[in-house]
Amino acid sequence: MSLMALRERLNVLVNSMFLEGLLDQQFRQLQMLQDASSPGFVAEVITLFCEDSERMLTELTKLLDQAVVDYQKVDAYVHQLKGSSSSVGAQNVKLACIQFKQFCEENNKEGCLSALNMVKHQYYSLRSKFDTMLQLEQRIQAYDSEQQN
Amino acid sequence: MSSPRGPKACGGGAADRQIHVLAVDDSSVDRAVIARLLRSSKYRVTTVDSGKKALELLGLEPNVNMIITDYWMPEMTGYELLKIVKESSALREIPVVIMSSENVPNRINRCLEEGAEDFLLKPVRPSDVARLCNRMR
Repeated sequence: MSLMALRERLNVLVNSMFLEGLLDQQFRQLQMLQDASSPGFVAEVITLFCEDSERMLTELTKLLDQAVVDYQKVDAYVHQLKGSSSSVGAQNVKLACIQFKQFCEENNKEGCLSALNMVKHQYYSLRSKFDTMLQLEQRIQAYDSEQQN
Repeated sequence: MSSPRGPKACGGGAADRQIHVLAVDDSSVDRAVIARLLRSSKYRVTTVDSGKKALELLGLEPNVNMIITDYWMPEMTGYELLKIVKESSALREIPVVIMSSENVPNRINRCLEEGAEDFLLKPVRPSDVARLCNRMR
């Protein structure tokens, strides 16, 4: 596939993610911070976000599996996840976390379990598109460095 | 507001007297973002993930020009770090900026009263960083 076609595909993907509410303007801010001096910035942030999120989703699953739920700990993790999704521009994940916090404050176990499922659903939808995005980025970068050689 | 440096003159400065900012945040995502924001203004940036590590670093390198710290961190909050810095004769001149994802007026006031230079709401924007340039030591 030509470089132009790759770039086009990436643009179409990212634009669709904005339209679907997966990403918000914060992601644009991150894209604008990427330049020649830090060509891997967006990929780095996405990778850190995914690692962080999966770790927190695992912890949240464990915490909600307990007979007696420690809502303070749950809240702390949801707060963190909400923060990092906000920083990366992961809008749907952030919104799902806000809902989750509500149920947590009410100490509502059923609500928390359903909110956790929603967060997971939103996260994994986003994650699969982020994976495609990163693959396209890598192929584009490879082209660019080939061109320079 | 008059200042010896207008907005255009802001930035990290020449390598030999480059402005050094210490960024403290327990979130790896937020550390990456704040570091990039600061580096794109040519500041030299060191990131740490806790108040404790921040104090260790400051013990070795007290000539940091600004500390920018998250509010909510396990073990030591940004507020607690701010208090320790302002109570230390070696460190109290360093401007401290607090970041938070929550807009809580009481919290903001408490931090400002304790001597915080500014309070930024996350996600932090380039315009927020630009605004800090006149506050560096």
